[in-house]
Amino acid sequence: MDSDLHLTQDSERGKPKMSKILEVKNLRTTFFTHLGEVQAVRGISFDLDEGGILGIVGESGSGKSVTSLSIMGLVDEPGRIVEGEVLFQGTDLTKLDHNEMMKFRGNEISMIFQDPMTSINPAFTIGNQLREVIMAHSELNKEEAHERALELLTMVGIPDPESRIKNFPYQFSGGMRQRALIAMAIANNPKLLIADEPTTALDVTIQAQILELMRDLKDKINSSVILITHDLGVISEICDKVIVMYGGMIMEKADIKNLFAHPQHPYTRGLLLSIPTNVTGKKKRLIPIEGSPPDLMDPPTGCPFSPRCPHAMEICLKKAAPLFKISETQEASCWLHHQDAPEVSGMVKVEGEQS
Amino acid sequence: MSERIPLLEVRNLKKHFISGVLKKRKVLTAVDGIDFVIYKGETFGLVGESGCGKTTIGRTIIRLYNPTDGEILFDGEEIGHLSEKELKPYRKRMQMIFQDPYASLNGRMTVTDIIAEGIDTHHLLEGDAKQERIYELLEKVGLKREHASRYPHEFSGGQRQRIGIARALAVNPELIICDEPISALDVSIQAQVVNMLEDLQDEFGLTYLFIAHDLSMVRHISDRIGVMYLGKMMEITTADELYENALHPYTKSLLSAIPIPDPTSSIRERRVILKGDVGSPINPKPGCRFASRCQYAKPNCFTDTPELREIKEGHFASCHYIEEINSI
Repeated sequence: MDSDLHLTQDSERGKPKMSKILEVKNLRTTFFTHLGEVQAVRGISFDLDEGGILGIVGESGSGKSVTSLSIMGLVDEPGRIVEGEVLFQGTDLTKLDHNEMMKFRGNEISMIFQDPMTSINPAFTIGNQLREVIMAHSELNKEEAHERALELLTMVGIPDPESRIKNFPYQFSGGMRQRALIAMAIANNPKLLIADEPTTALDVTIQAQILELMRDLKDKINSSVILITHDLGVISEICDKVIVMYGGMIMEKADIKNLFAHPQHPYTRGLLLSIPTNVTGKKKRLIPIEGSPPDLMDPPTGCPFSPRCPHAMEICLKKAAPLFKISETQEASCWLHHQDAPEVSGMVKVEGEQS
Repeated sequence: MSERIPLLEVRNLKKHFISGVLKKRKVLTAVDGIDFVIYKGETFGLVGESGCGKTTIGRTIIRLYNPTDGEILFDGEEIGHLSEKELKPYRKRMQMIFQDPYASLNGRMTVTDIIAEGIDTHHLLEGDAKQERIYELLEKVGLKREHASRYPHEFSGGQRQRIGIARALAVNPELIICDEPISALDVSIQAQVVNMLEDLQDEFGLTYLFIAHDLSMVRHISDRIGVMYLGKMMEITTADELYENALHPYTKSLLSAIPIPDPTSSIRERRVILKGDVGSPINPKPGCRFASRCQYAKPNCFTDTPELREIKEGHFASCHYIEEINSI
């Protein structure tokens, strides 16, 4: 925008040939605790299109947060990525050492965490922390960084940024802290923004504000987003593709419309059914998923959902299903899609399979 | 419901917390003059954002806090100012289920001890009869007999919440105050607990005060709902009426902020996104608490506090301009 050079570059690669900004291949992250191995992420693969918003939805213990920490290279002792690749524009992030990773983190890739109080340092002013992020990855001096910080605070909708920039985090409300945190995350125009439950700690009216802000900013800074949440409502608000995780594995991948209209995994269906639909006049009983999530110290051998699945077959207990390709935009890891499986209404049978 | 008998009546209830002295004295008006009635056998939902005072109301009703002013009538008796001794028979009739299933169970007590505590305090049962009762309660809430001798850390969040419910049921209460009982649970488990609460209500004729911020679940479980904002009641009506014909501007924006799990929904285009944050309940100014965020606010909204009034039959709202806004 600021020079002609940018324009030519853009128009050259601007053709709709969708490129992948992130490819995760067979990622496996395990925590080696003294009680045993916790297999948090068990061989997942997915990719993210440039400019896309990918939602990862799952319950506690599904491995969604560990997935994001693995991408960021933030898995700490006793955890370790034991297998797999995280390709960010072709570079395998899992092979980088600490210093090399620092060049990406907070710059090309940045993250917004759930709790806006614990992820900001209470002992420094908002301005101080913003300038730190800016100066770590650029040549700007203190004054220029200050200007940029003001610009960012305005961008995320903090009123009266000139005086607010001198405030400490405790002087901000929850919603404002989350805005400040977003300002830090987008400070260096990241290509990939990972938001881990960014609105879970906020009230609904503030959640609506933050989601609107994220939608806005994504277009302004032209980055790709991974949004991690347990709330299917939030997913349907802003994502275009979704991954459903359970027990450290991917159950279903789909574009947003198909996921809600024709879920192809019994777990996704169960999740959608357990949300109240609320039709005026008649009260329908909720349909819960019976049982409880798997113990990741000792996960079931087959499909992690099989102990709770109403359609579980013998094979489900022995072997996890590969991802069956339902359509161009939808894949589900469930044996019901196999030719030989019994007919279950709404579940599509597929010829080939893909793992 | 043909005849509605009030079980709990709250009149002009106030709970203020005071901190600091002299010039630094601050008054936090958590609950500031609330009136509502809960009828026998119904579920009354109480919703609002954090800091609106919904939990404080629950805790004041059950007398974990002493009210600053106002009356709490339980089955016609004023209990807001009773002494601890006089209160004891009422403690048996009112129980509470807490939000955090990890913090609300004592990790050093077995499940039996936890559930039996109320039975012991009120000398209801002893010996084998007591143990039998505990087994029966465990089965009622979907747990097994053999769980009785275990400790809370051996259970998942959903199971712990079941233990908390069994503890509340142990003394045969009439009113159960459910303070965000499902907020800490996973989506797939929430439905299990909600179904169970509904079954128990049918079986024992329980009355619930259901405090929550998940608006779609509240609609599902409640017969009537009260919407709070900064210590004041903004609107009270039946669940369906509230979601179909909300009158108060705050309720409208609160409802429209709910994320809808349906990507094709058209509600999104009509959404009103509230500007700004919830104000502070410390030393509040006169006038409508919502005025600073209200798109319809007029000068007198900042000076005169609106009363909660009946707009339609059974539909109450507190706003000076409700008729104008809704063109009634």
